[in-house]
Amino acid sequence: MLNVRAAFGRAYPRAIGAIREPSWTFFDVLLPLLGIAAYIYYYRALGADPAFEGFVVLGGAMTAFWLNVLWGMAAQLYWEKETGNLQLFLVTPMSRMALLAGMALGGMFAAGIRALSTLLLGILLFNVNMVVVDPLLLVAVFMVTLIAIYGMGMMFASLFMLYGRDAWNISNLLQEPIYLVSGFYFPVKALGPWVSLIAAVIPITLGLDAMRQELFGPVANGLMPVVWELTILVVLAVAFLVMARWSLEYMEGLGRKEGRLTLRWQ
Amino acid sequence: MAVTSHLRTLRQAAWLGWQMESNWTRPWLFIIYSIVRPIAATLILVVMFLVVKQGVANDPLMFTYTYLGAVFFMFVAQVLLGATYVIMEDREHYQTLRQIYIAPISLHVYIIGRSLSKVLLTSLSAIISMAFGLLVLRLPIDLLRVDWPLFALSMLIGLGCILSIGIALAGITFLTAKHSTGINEGIGGVFYLFCGTLFPLTVLPPWGQSIGMAIPITYWLELMRRSLYPAGGIETISGLGEFSNPAILLLLAASALVFLGLSLLIFWFADRMARKAGKVDMTTTY
Repeated sequence: MLNVRAAFGRAYPRAIGAIREPSWTFFDVLLPLLGIAAYIYYYRALGADPAFEGFVVLGGAMTAFWLNVLWGMAAQLYWEKETGNLQLFLVTPMSRMALLAGMALGGMFAAGIRALSTLLLGILLFNVNMVVVDPLLLVAVFMVTLIAIYGMGMMFASLFMLYGRDAWNISNLLQEPIYLVSGFYFPVKALGPWVSLIAAVIPITLGLDAMRQELFGPVANGLMPVVWELTILVVLAVAFLVMARWSLEYMEGLGRKEGRLTLRWQ
Repeated sequence: MAVTSHLRTLRQAAWLGWQMESNWTRPWLFIIYSIVRPIAATLILVVMFLVVKQGVANDPLMFTYTYLGAVFFMFVAQVLLGATYVIMEDREHYQTLRQIYIAPISLHVYIIGRSLSKVLLTSLSAIISMAFGLLVLRLPIDLLRVDWPLFALSMLIGLGCILSIGIALAGITFLTAKHSTGINEGIGGVFYLFCGTLFPLTVLPPWGQSIGMAIPITYWLELMRRSLYPAGGIETISGLGEFSNPAILLLLAASALVFLGLSLLIFWFADRMARKAGKVDMTTTY
């Protein structure tokens, strides 16, 4: 019960924080749209099939979750250390996983608002056509993708906890390079079978590919059947959650031993 | 005397910026951190092109147009980010802005100096991207036929213009909390969309083209392409075909001057507001 309360307690400021600063809402909605618009006009200039514009809108919406995983999960314990909150979290009598779960829940809510607004505005402004073939399968893919990427974020959070500026730089490094290898704006199969299979370790690759297949049909040029992708995503989700728990315990122990849990400005 | 002082400030600020960026890790790791992201952003566009066109040879002009636009836009994105980070880092993270502020130096020159490390790193990313484009993607650019004087002059004016916009954004950062990155990303996003970075201006609706024509970055990118690919026919697709090179250079210089004036005004106003509101050394922590 305590851990459930801790998780909701950690999720609460994230949910409130999403609407605390009005300018954030403005930038959260506007910024992705500018990039999406640029990519859509680029596809139009190339004479691409209109479905590609849908790929851009879908990928643009999913960047909200990926950015939240990087900055709101992976780099979060590093920031907490920098601002002096980490030590407070560690002395509270709660499970560390509850803390990470709360961060994930609140983050999903905040990123969900941004993703939904991007998706709706993108569809309306650029007349994107999406046809949902199997709504249940689509929802299942979406939910499992979220669990898997947030599980990955939880694992990174514990690994980055002891890092200095590397944490910030690695999160930076996992933006555009991941957009590239995970096929945020084009069918990932275009990168060739080997690159796409290696990229499938990142859950968002398969999640996006499956959602594209569900929304755009054969033009999505899927990497493998959606059910296979869903099965792999379930395995990845469980694996990342288990690894997150293990790495959190290990890194906390290491941090205590080396006295690095309160070390700032590295 | 003032010139000597400004040059000294510029040199020291640039050195400080470089040290802050790079001295905390191993050089090779720092280089990777610095160049991989912008290069990956360019490669996304390359793959998008290849997915649709199935090969560079199927539309080399459009590919060159986009590739050069993406490579040189790195300067806009990185330098604008660098300029605003100067204020944010010094104020919030290191909490040294008050000392810098009261020192007998020009804050404009200090910000430009600190941003120079970003210019240097972006130049490295741009050179690597161009080498990749020429050697691997077979960009149809002949280095012996490049109009180097036009390239150098345009680059100088363009970088000056980007730095001046950076000063305006740094000024605005005085007034905002730590989340001010949204402002420079927003401005960068507007330039990315409306300045013909990835696609010709003519693809935009007429109101979008008008916005693009009012921003110096549009003329700068056009000159970068024309100088590097002089006989390629860039002007036939860019939407600026009715302007000759000297005319575009003049437009770039004139609009850059207007933006410089506006930037100094914005900085002056934001600085006054920040002083009045006691925000020069605030820490917002979020």
